[in-house]
Amino acid sequence: MIEAPGMSDQPLLVAEGLAKTYGRLVACRDISFTLYPGEVLAIVGESGSGKSTLLQMLSAQLAPSAGRVSYRMRDGVLRDLAALGEAERRFLFRTDWGYVHQDPAQGLRMAVSAGANVGERLMAVGWNNYGRIRQTASSWLDRVEIDVARIDDAPRTYSGGMRQRLQIARNLVTEPRLVFMDEPTGGLDVSVQARLLDLMRSLVNELGLAAVVVTHDLAVARLLSHRVIVMKEGRVIETGLTDQVLDDPREPYTQLLVSSILPP
Amino acid sequence: MNAPTYNFAYLDEQTKRMIRRAILKAIAIPGYQVPFASREMPMPYGWGTGGVQVTAAILGPTDVLKVIDQGSDDTTNAISIRKFFAKTAGVTTTTSTEVATVIQTRHRIPEASLRAGQVLVYQVPIPEPLRYLEPRETETRRMHALAEYGLMHVKLYEDIARFGHIATAYAYPVKVNARYVMDPSPTPKFDNPKMDNCPALQLFGAGREKRIYAIPPYTSVVSLDFEDHPFTRYKFDAPCALCGAADSYLDEIVTDDKGSRMFVCSDTDYCEGRQAAGHRGSQAAAPHKEAAHD
Repeated sequence: MIEAPGMSDQPLLVAEGLAKTYGRLVACRDISFTLYPGEVLAIVGESGSGKSTLLQMLSAQLAPSAGRVSYRMRDGVLRDLAALGEAERRFLFRTDWGYVHQDPAQGLRMAVSAGANVGERLMAVGWNNYGRIRQTASSWLDRVEIDVARIDDAPRTYSGGMRQRLQIARNLVTEPRLVFMDEPTGGLDVSVQARLLDLMRSLVNELGLAAVVVTHDLAVARLLSHRVIVMKEGRVIETGLTDQVLDDPREPYTQLLVSSILPP
Repeated sequence: MNAPTYNFAYLDEQTKRMIRRAILKAIAIPGYQVPFASREMPMPYGWGTGGVQVTAAILGPTDVLKVIDQGSDDTTNAISIRKFFAKTAGVTTTTSTEVATVIQTRHRIPEASLRAGQVLVYQVPIPEPLRYLEPRETETRRMHALAEYGLMHVKLYEDIARFGHIATAYAYPVKVNARYVMDPSPTPKFDNPKMDNCPALQLFGAGREKRIYAIPPYTSVVSLDFEDHPFTRYKFDAPCALCGAADSYLDEIVTDDKGSRMFVCSDTDYCEGRQAAGHRGSQAAAPHKEAAHD
C-alpha cells in the first residue's frame, strides 16, 4: 500500500445518511462516509447493489431521498451540495471535479477533435488563447500516452483504450481535486485495462487527486484504492483499508466476492 | 365578386399585439431568444415567415418598406415580399436604403450606414448558435441562462485546427451587450462589424423555430475570437466590376459556360447609387439602364 500524498485531516467530501428510494424500491439506504484529500475510495459490489446510484448522488447529479453530501470548496468551507445554486454546481463539475464515464462516448464529444475535447473545459473557464489551449492539450495527450500527432483526429477514430485515456485527459486538464469514476475499465480487454490502471495510478499519485471509483472488478480496487466500501442490496456491508478488506474479509458476502476471483 | 379583405398588413390585431409583446421583451433583453406563437403565413418556411411576421407587426401606414434578399432588391423573394406588403398594407415601397424606414433582409446588411429611426428585420432560419454543438434544446437554454459559452469557442478551435484560421464565414457568432451569444442569421461575417453600435433597431424573426430576438440601437456586438486568432473581416482581391467599389461585399456571377466570371456588389442599391454618381468598374458597360421593377 502506498502512502497517499497530500493527506490532510480535513475531509474533502462527507456523506451523511444517504438514501435513495424509487417508490417501494430502495436503491441505497443509510450510507455515510468521509473522503479525505488525496484518498482513493473504491465502491465494490455486484450489479444492482446501488453503486452507480450512490456515485450519482455523490456527484450531485441525483438528489438523495434522505441524507446529504457536503464538499469542501477551494476556499476551505464545507458546503452542502444540495444548497448550491445550479450555476455553482455546474461550475464545480467542470473545474474542481472530474467524471469518467464507463462509456467514453458519454464523456467525450465524439465529433470534435481530441484537442478540442481536452480544451473544452479550459475554454469554458475563459481561456482565450488558441496557442496556449493547444499546447496544454498536447501536453495532456502526451501524459495519457496518446500520440500527439493525432490531436486533430476525432475520438470516434480512436480505439476503446485511447478513448478512455482521452476522457481522463479531458477531465484532468483543469486540475480537479476530486474525480468520480464509473467502471473506468469496463469493456476494455485485459492488457489495455492494465495500462489504463497503471496510468491512473501514476496520475492520481502525481496530482494528489481524491477519487471515488465504482467497480465490480476487485483487481481495480486493489490496484487503485486506499479504502474499500462493499455494497450489497443498497447498503454498506463492510468498509475498511483495501488490503484489509480484500485479504481478510469479515462478511460472508465479501468472502464470497473475494473467493470468486480466479487465482493468478 | 368580393375581393378578399385583409386586416392592415395581413395579420389580425391580436396576433400583432402578441408579436409586439415578444419584440418588446427581445429589445429589453438584447440577444435573448424570445419564444412566440409563430403563425402560418402564405409562404413556405424558409422563405422568411419569421421576418414577414415581425415586419407585419411593426409596419405603420406611413412606413416606407425595402426588402432585400442576399443584398439584392430584385430577386424573387424580395419582390414577392415587397408586393405582399404593398397589397396587404398599401405602404410605399422603395429600393433605396436611405429612404426606407423598415428594411426586411435575408443574408445581408446594406452597405450604406443605417440611421436612427430605421428598423432592420432579419429573416432567420436557425436562431440557436449552439445548435450544431449541443442538440438538446433544454441544455442550450440552460447554457444561455448560465452564460456557459465555452462550447462556442470549441467550434472556433475546430476551425483553426482544421483550416489554420477561423473558417466560419457566415452566421458568425457574436456576443450582444456582453451577455448573450447570438446567431446573426446567415449574414456573411463581413457584415458583423456593422451590427456593433448601430443606430438602427435590429429585429430577428425565425418563423419555423418560433423565436424573436433583437439588438437595440447603440448596443455592443462583439464577434467571438481568440487572442492569437482575432476576428477578421473578409477582404476581396478586386473591386466591384460594375461600380469599382472596394469596400463592399461582392457576389460571384458566372457569365458564360467557359468559366468566365465577374465580381459585383451584392447590395444592388449601393452599386446602382455609385454608378449613378459616375463610378465605373472594369466591366461596366453603357451607363446603367436596368433598375429593380416592382
